[in-house]
Amino acid sequence: MAPLFDRIREALAPKIGEAGVAHGVLVLQIAPAALLEVAGPLKEQFRFDMFSDVTAVDWLGQEPRFEVVWHFYSTMHRLRVRVKTRVGAGDPAVDSLTGLYGSAHFMERECHEMYGIVFRGNADLRPLLLYEGFKGHPLRKDYPKELEQPLVPYREGFELPGGE
Amino acid sequence: MSARTIPIRAEGQKSAAFEYLSTRKDELIGWARKFSLFPYPFVTACCAMEFMAVSSTPYDTDRFGAALPRFTPRQSDLLMVVGTVTHKQAPILLKVWEQMCEPKWVIAFGVCATSGGFYNNYAAVQGIDRIVPVDVYIPGCPPRPEMVIDGIMQLQEKIAGQQHLIVNDRF
Repeated sequence: MAPLFDRIREALAPKIGEAGVAHGVLVLQIAPAALLEVAGPLKEQFRFDMFSDVTAVDWLGQEPRFEVVWHFYSTMHRLRVRVKTRVGAGDPAVDSLTGLYGSAHFMERECHEMYGIVFRGNADLRPLLLYEGFKGHPLRKDYPKELEQPLVPYREGFELPGGE
Repeated sequence: MSARTIPIRAEGQKSAAFEYLSTRKDELIGWARKFSLFPYPFVTACCAMEFMAVSSTPYDTDRFGAALPRFTPRQSDLLMVVGTVTHKQAPILLKVWEQMCEPKWVIAFGVCATSGGFYNNYAAVQGIDRIVPVDVYIPGCPPRPEMVIDGIMQLQEKIAGQQHLIVNDRF
């Protein structure tokens, strides 16, 4: 595997939990509080200059319930790093990476509306793909599959299925 | 399917000459109107590729007088909803439909516009008939051009048989 991955693991050793390589991607498990201490060096020191994505996984029934996943890419090394952390359903909040990557603004908005993850420090968490007034977070596993939240009233004869 | 209205030649004759014209005013208006459709393509998704195919020379919807798309609803009388409509987009669809002048007709082009298709989730409207009245549904993902042509011909049948508001006691 890439020697860079070993250097990253050595340098960040005190801040990360489990680490391994999956499908050629370095995977780092971290505590939520360590995010900025891990993402900062990844960008500044190891040149992971592209913020690919942030998303979440809803492990309904497990505690902590949510897993937030970040992907970083280095255009210099042509390598990827995946950072994962777990947050509970009571306070699903992590730090925002908008201070490091401008592109994090929109991706955190999407993750916020779909999973309800709060990104501390992102001042604009309005809905991005959804609309104002949408209740709930549709990609959570407990969101009713057939619930419809129409913006215009349905014509006569059509009823709303699902419901809360 | 029932015979098309106003045959242009009598049964059994070889000539394609214009044999007779209806003496009924509403039939005459309907016959004129059904060959003068001005579609407004409300195109949201991949069905657009099929819409382009059926509009262009190989299939040629101009044969039905329905080729010239108007890009403002105020100049069109046929709303073709081509593709998936989401709840976020439904107000736009309704506004476009409301801006069209009477008489107006709506075709749901493709299975997403017809019933939501396989998008049964939080985002997709489960058929545009929840938002606007639909005259002809064309299923398929995407529909074959032949299906679209059949849909247009069925709409023509419907228009030809409709009561037309301009036909009144002063007409």
